Amino acid sequence: MTYIRPKFRHPEMPKNKLGYTLNYYEGALSTLCAGCGHDSISAAIVQAAYEMNIEPHKLAKLSGIGCSSKTPAYFLSNSHGFNSVHGRMPSVATGANLANRDLIYFGVSGDGDTASIGMGQFVHVIRRNLKMVYIVMNNGCYGLTKGQDSATADEGSKNKSGNVNLFQSIDLSSLAIELGASFVAQSFSGDKTQLIPLIKAAINHPGFSFINVISPCVTFNNNVGSTKSYDFVREHVEATATVDFVPEMKEITVDYGKGTQKQVKMHDGSSIQLHKLAEGWDPMNRLSAINAVQNARAKNEILTGLLYIDPETRDLHHLLQTSDTALNALGKEQLCPGSAVLKELNDEFR
Amino acid sequence: MKPTDIKDPEYFHKVVDCQYACPAHTPVPEYIRLIAEQKYTEAYMINWDSNVFPGVLGRTCDRPCEPACRRGRVEEEPVAICRLKRVAADNKGDVKQHMPKGPFKANGKKIALIGAGPASLTVARDLAPLGYEIHLYDEQKLGGGFMRSQIPSFRLPETVLNEEVNYILDLGIHTHFNSFVSSLKDTLSKDYDSIFVGTGAPRGRDLDIPGRKEAAANIHIGIDWLSSVAFEHTSKIGKKVIVLGGGNTAMDCCRTSRRLGGEEVKVIVRSPFAEMKASPWEKEDAMHEDIPIIENHVPKNFVIENGKLRGMNFEKVKAVYDDKGKRQLVPVGGPDVFFEADDVLVAIGQENSFPWIERDLGIEFDKWGMPVVDAITFASTHPKVFFGGDAAFGPKNVITAVAHGHQAAISIHLANEKKDMKKRPSPFVNLISQKMGIHEWSYDSAVVEDVRYIVPQADKKLTLTNRKKEVELGFDVSTGFKEAERCLNCDVQTVFTTSKCIECDACMDICPTACISFIDNADETDLREMLKIPAHNKTQDLYVSDALPTKRVMVKDENVCLHCGLCAERCPTSAWDMQKFFYNVTKAEKACQ
Ligand SMILES: Cc1cc2nc3c(=O)[nH]c(=O)nc-3n(C[C@H](O)[C@H](O)[C@H](O)COP(=O)(O)OP(=O)(O)OC[C@H]3O[C@@H](n4cnc5c(N)ncnc54)[C@H](O)[C@@H]3O)c2cc1C
Ligand SMILES: Cc1ncc(C[n+]2csc(CCOP(=O)(O)OP(=O)(O)O)c2C)c(N)n1
Ligand code: SF4
Ligand code: SF4
Ligand code: SF4
Ligand SMILES: [Mg+2]
Repeated sequence: MTYIRPKFRHPEMPKNKLGYTLNYYEGALSTLCAGCGHDSISAAIVQAAYEMNIEPHKLAKLSGIGCSSKTPAYFLSNSHGFNSVHGRMPSVATGANLANRDLIYFGVSGDGDTASIGMGQFVHVIRRNLKMVYIVMNNGCYGLTKGQDSATADEGSKNKSGNVNLFQSIDLSSLAIELGASFVAQSFSGDKTQLIPLIKAAINHPGFSFINVISPCVTFNNNVGSTKSYDFVREHVEATATVDFVPEMKEITVDYGKGTQKQVKMHDGSSIQLHKLAEGWDPMNRLSAINAVQNARAKNEILTGLLYIDPETRDLHHLLQTSDTALNALGKEQLCPGSAVLKELNDEFR
Repeated sequence: MKPTDIKDPEYFHKVVDCQYACPAHTPVPEYIRLIAEQKYTEAYMINWDSNVFPGVLGRTCDRPCEPACRRGRVEEEPVAICRLKRVAADNKGDVKQHMPKGPFKANGKKIALIGAGPASLTVARDLAPLGYEIHLYDEQKLGGGFMRSQIPSFRLPETVLNEEVNYILDLGIHTHFNSFVSSLKDTLSKDYDSIFVGTGAPRGRDLDIPGRKEAAANIHIGIDWLSSVAFEHTSKIGKKVIVLGGGNTAMDCCRTSRRLGGEEVKVIVRSPFAEMKASPWEKEDAMHEDIPIIENHVPKNFVIENGKLRGMNFEKVKAVYDDKGKRQLVPVGGPDVFFEADDVLVAIGQENSFPWIERDLGIEFDKWGMPVVDAITFASTHPKVFFGGDAAFGPKNVITAVAHGHQAAISIHLANEKKDMKKRPSPFVNLISQKMGIHEWSYDSAVVEDVRYIVPQADKKLTLTNRKKEVELGFDVSTGFKEAERCLNCDVQTVFTTSKCIECDACMDICPTACISFIDNADETDLREMLKIPAHNKTQDLYVSDALPTKRVMVKDENVCLHCGLCAERCPTSAWDMQKFFYNVTKAEKACQ
């Protein structure tokens, strides 16, 4: 009986700029089913955080309920974490972010956690443009409660016991674009080459960033007839473009020729490099993004990669004009300036 | 790269680093697990089959397996493989019941073995049960060769040696001790079907510098002196002793001197300390017995006063290396350095010598006076004569002599069966899944973090006053268990079935040492660089799968795999499985089947 991860690591394991090796970003050994797509996404998150030289104590992981929402236990053990109630991750993230704007907020949710019980929270956190990463590990079912169809299960998709789903599915990416999300991407747990740069770009994005990751549930939704199985997804993915996240200062040397590449400059000098663009798609144009997603759906394809980005977006703190200093860093005098100031304030409204 | 052919037994054999490095290819992890299970008799028999002298080797082996041990690549120290062997030998039950028992049905063939060292004894053990009439010759009064005459009793008690030599002699070997073979021609004229020469490298190199003749009474050739101590012709030495040389013989000479009255014993060596030939543990043991090792001193002359040795002069040198790393010892200048000595032991090397082999028998010798011997069959250019051990390719060690003995025995048997000696028997191999449940394996897959345990030693006060008192006490049973648990079970192989893989990445993500990558195929040089962590240890292979549905391949760098089984536990389709690979070199007994 193992279930213990040995402490030994590869002796030539490289270190990032902070001097940490990859394992510093790992979490506890996963208790998910062997082969669960969620574990691959966790590994991609570990890799992205390592490569971005994130100081673990400057990041907070938040989640709801579900196998997907359990994953924060399996990555970034040295970061802050809050496992909230079902579908309520966004409100916890909002509260935390308002109190301390200096952390990176990394939300993890499932398709059940988001598209069913948490739908209200999801749409409002988009509407408010809270600066956070919101990843949905989308397996088309409620994995934790033994695989019932979720609201993202495609119409006509078959579950493990052979039942065909009668209802239309909610397409979370289209919805997010529609609601005005400023960063929307879609990916597949089995494609780390694409997923890792997307996560990095999402972390770097100055507003709400949403990544819908198709993540097969090997135990309850990996059967023939399911549209969220490893085989089906592999056969039907179509990428908008290949993605590279290029950090600040790094010179871009590869030349892919005109018309097939695009560079999205981000607020801090870093950029997203897109190669081999899908026809008629412009990642900075909301309409073309919606079109691309819908066209792909009509063709029974799953469009992955970056779908839409507004690199100039302004997050909730900007909109509310909150203090530049995080609230939790302000002293008591500043937070509670006393009855005299309150009186002054009240007088303004008289 | 082409997909790895795991049907080739050498692929997985190489993964078992210790076994691969062992000249006799002892199935190390198999016996280590048996020790952990307290099955000492079984552990002993695995060893006995492969290396013939588990008790001897568990104390004295040169242990080429340990620098090869995988554990040494993931932490500081390898598994104490050698000393675990001793745990098996010390705690075994009745092993004799598992050994072949004579009398064996005679096959009518007669074999002469010249020299009764480990090489000849191995040939005897392998051939006697097949019905050969074996005649063993040695000039000494007992069998064992250098194991008896050279390795001092404080490292190898006589009782241990006797026991293991007797297991072989009891198979009905005709011994001719106290008989020096002075002519191979004579031996050939007797009716032997084959002759095996296992006479070792019996001549110690001398040091011809001024004063050598005049002080002869107090200058001794190391190996001659050690054997005269072993056979109790010598029991004393002067108070001040200089030992010249930096190999294991020098270490045995200085430590023996300390036990025979040497109070100020020094080892003086030409080379830098770090480049001495002696094993690190031998140097440590010598220094622990208050023997300084003086490096970078080249002997110049013996100093004689009133016709008696007073000491020696040395020139101080330093090592200088050219571009190719070749060493030169250049004098640093300054006056010679004088060291006092009542006796000097010269332990600067050993040579082969075959004055008793006539050169017109059809046995070819090379320009260095060494017989021309086939490295696989151990046949000489004479159809009846075989060589093995130190006599074949110069001085090595006991385990190499044993390995030679096994192969020579196979050749002798094939030759006598009129079969082609060049067609070597394939090894016995076996690959069995260890899966018992989702997280359960029939081996202890958890990797312990304990650092290497130290073998306790007897008190110096006791060992320095009694030449025969064994210094090392060996692991007790519970430390032996803990040390055994450090073994990574490298023989439990990660076996990959391409057709079952759904490319979910689970194995790649879980592997603690980043062994597994799913990437596009390329040639080996590129592939090595493209892995999750580049595979720079070229002595370790890459395990490459067939093309997967995404056209990628699975590539596993065997280098630092911990054999923890997590990849297989995480695999939803059992595309990975942990399978125990048993590899055993075929011995003469099964060579013709
Ligand atoms: C001081 C010393 C310490 C050593 N310590 C170790 C150690 O700790 N571990 C290790 O693995 N190895 C050690 N070795 C090396 C090891 O002893 C030899 O490599 C090994 O014994 C070689 O085995 P062999 O069978 O080739 O011959 P040997 O063991 O050398 O036996 C040859 C025998 O042949 C006899 N002989 C030779 N010529 C004739 C003849 N013409 N007629 C009859 N008999 C003859 C000799 O008397 C001798 O008994 C040591 C060597 C020395 C010198
Ligand atoms: C308030 C509340 N309602 C219902 C549940 C039961 N429940 C637990 S997990 C889950 C669905 C999780 O599905 P999803 O978010 O897709 O996660 P997955 O396990 O598929 O990753 C449900 C309905 C709950 N824990 N809390
Ligand atoms: S039930 Fe499904 S989603 Fe949950 S851990 Fe298992 S495979 Fe993953
Ligand atoms: S860890 Fe065990 S099996 Fe592996 S090389 Fe070392 S002793 Fe041999
Ligand atoms: S057994 Fe598997 S998981 Fe463990 S180290 Fe080896 S390849 Fe990695
Ligand atoms: Mg789900």
